[in-house]
Amino acid sequence: MTTLIRKIKMAALICGISSLGLSVFADDAANSSAGSKQNTIEIKDFMFNPQKVTVKSGEKITWINHDEEPHTVVSVGKKFQKSSALDTDQEYSIIAGAPGTYEYFCSVHPKMTATIVVEK
Amino acid sequence: MSDYISHDHEHDGIDRRGFLTCMAWAGTGLLWTIKGGILASTTLAQIAKAGGQLPASDLSFLQISDSHIGFSKEANKDVTETFKIALDRINAMPTPPSFLIHTGDITQLSKPEEFDTFDQLVKSCRTKDVFYVPGEHDVLNDGGKLYRDRYLKTVDAKGSGWYSFNKNGVHFIGLVNVLDLQAGGLGQLGDDQLEWLEADVKGLGPDTPIVVFAHIPLWTVYPQWGWGTSDSERALGYLKRFGSVTVLNGHIHQVLQKVEGNVTFHTAMSTAFPQPAPGTAGASPGPLKVPAEKLRSMLGLTSVQYKQGSSSLAVVDSNLS
Repeated sequence: MTTLIRKIKMAALICGISSLGLSVFADDAANSSAGSKQNTIEIKDFMFNPQKVTVKSGEKITWINHDEEPHTVVSVGKKFQKSSALDTDQEYSIIAGAPGTYEYFCSVHPKMTATIVVEK
Repeated sequence: MSDYISHDHEHDGIDRRGFLTCMAWAGTGLLWTIKGGILASTTLAQIAKAGGQLPASDLSFLQISDSHIGFSKEANKDVTETFKIALDRINAMPTPPSFLIHTGDITQLSKPEEFDTFDQLVKSCRTKDVFYVPGEHDVLNDGGKLYRDRYLKTVDAKGSGWYSFNKNGVHFIGLVNVLDLQAGGLGQLGDDQLEWLEADVKGLGPDTPIVVFAHIPLWTVYPQWGWGTSDSERALGYLKRFGSVTVLNGHIHQVLQKVEGNVTFHTAMSTAFPQPAPGTAGASPGPLKVPAEKLRSMLGLTSVQYKQGSSSLAVVDSNLS
């Protein structure tokens, strides 16, 4: 039931975003046919590392927080779903959507910024 | 190092050379007296010699900050205990403060159970009135709704939670600078809050002492670490005409002080864990691990006294050791 609701919600979200003409990223929970390659971004010492990640559309991107501070992953311009606050060792994943360059930052420590480039 | 006044050319109780010496001790327990924009300092040891009493005042209040309830990492595995010690110190004061100001980061992760723990602990304080501003840790996932529901009941809050009130002729202004932060930026007040601030102080005479409190420093301490507020200059512009402005902040977990004209900026220690001095090589603005026996000397609270008719506010930092 939970999964179903989540899928419906995600479908609604994706439709909503598509209709606005924005690029689409999806929460990994909604997409089981993700590409096999893993792209991991480590959060350590108030930095996203690597600072710039290039992925293929459909690949999974995962952030892991190694700091003792909570951090978030928030898209500049709300182009993909933001994470909730990640405590130490917590992860957040999305599936890369439409090709393009996506800037993001930590809304708790906005000096922390980085980029994802999605290719076809 | 002497802790008495040796140079007092203007017979005002201010030893400028002594003050400069004392700057190096910030955080170890100093009494700062602000008079005409110039600071004088006295050590807490001197106060103790004088019978443990702070100078007579008409209003005394206490700033606590950055309690981070819920934090349990290496830098302090028991922040509840150190917060309790801070409350014990307040309860042991010979004259209890009229009220407390909490300058944010009540919790570590904005969790309801963390707020619950804090609320339970703060009940043991014999000073019951507490005025709050949020830290970024208090507004993590809901834009501050939970925080506002709990901590703004006794004030006439506007917008995302800013407000002002008067006590004994002093005008207090609580500002919110931890919401809607922009990529690459610093703390932020925003247009709505700034317009409110301008209107809020408009009718006040220039001799009204002003105390502004907010979580992130309202002066640029170290922008590389986000330790500043992007539009604080505009806020301070509205306060320029006042003879005495005291700005109390938290966020950086250490005592720093700066005087600019009639404005005194002051940051408080945390009750949870210290953070590195701004710009420390190889460091980041996170929890600083120190030897267990040193921890309590780097945690503390700030007492502020105001005497009616004078333009001075005395700010005393004391640690928990």
